[in-house]
Amino acid sequence: MKRGGYMKTLFELYWIFFKVGLFTFGGGYTMLPILQKEIVEKKKWLTTENIIDYYTLSQCTPGIIAVNVSTYIGFKKKSYLGGIFSALGVITPSIIIITIIATILTNFLHIEAVGHAFAGIRVAVAALVIVTIIDMYKKSVIDWLCILLYILSFFLSVFTSISPVFIILGSAITGLVLGTRMNERKGREK
Amino acid sequence: MIYLELFWEFFKTGLFSIGGGLATIPFLYDIGKRYDWLDTSIIPDMIAISESTPGPIGINMATYTGYMAAKIPGAIIASLAIILPSVIIVLIISRLLATFSQDKRVLNAMYGLRPASLGLITAAAYAVLNVSVITYDTFVETGNILDIIYIKALILFVCLLVVRIFFKRIHPIVFIVFAGVVGIIFKF
Repeated sequence: MKRGGYMKTLFELYWIFFKVGLFTFGGGYTMLPILQKEIVEKKKWLTTENIIDYYTLSQCTPGIIAVNVSTYIGFKKKSYLGGIFSALGVITPSIIIITIIATILTNFLHIEAVGHAFAGIRVAVAALVIVTIIDMYKKSVIDWLCILLYILSFFLSVFTSISPVFIILGSAITGLVLGTRMNERKGREK
Repeated sequence: MIYLELFWEFFKTGLFSIGGGLATIPFLYDIGKRYDWLDTSIIPDMIAISESTPGPIGINMATYTGYMAAKIPGAIIASLAIILPSVIIVLIISRLLATFSQDKRVLNAMYGLRPASLGLITAAAYAVLNVSVITYDTFVETGNILDIIYIKALILFVCLLVVRIFFKRIHPIVFIVFAGVVGIIFKF
């Protein structure tokens, strides 16, 4: 009985991340709205803060961000096998769709409707991600130092060619050095 | 042995590309220089296909290259090889995090990392908005003031944003499918 429940959760993880892979268009951050819906709101397995943390870790872990996020969440839910099932789930749609395009739809890029559909989808992705960002902002940007780090990383990323790796490293060091002091101050204010 | 070569090359790519799918592109050119099973002239088309199909870009590119090199087994081997290093690393980090998640240093580092990570996500969202709704580059080309904003996209964007904020229960997938259909009907 218990064993059946374990397998069921593994396949649930596979299926959720299959859907996530199928509806991720572009970089890994475009999966955030769907993760939020499936993992936080529907399954209630994790909180929005957890998702931000795993996404953050994934940005500094080697490899493809979407796969890293899936593996972190899968591990959190069902240890090693959970991580592996989730990673396999998120890559399965790609393997199927790309194989179809490479074998049958070789003129894929020249189908007019495809271009129009994707122009529309990009608009939806932007709107969905922005609403998710607002939600996450409320939960992770909690004092003036956070606001400063947020603005700084946005501008460095948009207007300079500094690698995200350095932005991530810099903010981790800032947190290590100033985190305790900021939290003590908050404690005193309370 | 082409399968072994594919596996080894994509394993290395997965291990050394940090920060998203597009980071794999230089590795692909490098592979193309050393092996004859990857023709580098297909890389630009491959990037375009990877960006305009569902799925994370990095996986799409691995699958596509693998298929071009050795058909379906190639596609599967390349995709598994590119994720293998990161899956192993993530599982190890997860194991460590389970032990150290309440460590003060980990908490402090995460406190600084969260806002910076969110800043990077915002920058990525801004980049998407910048090609889909704000079309400043077209304006520079034509000089026509109406070309700064793609009006059809702006209308769709505002509608979706309002619906998303007020109807939290609608699944994001519905928005994506709807916007794709609108794109086809109104020729975006």
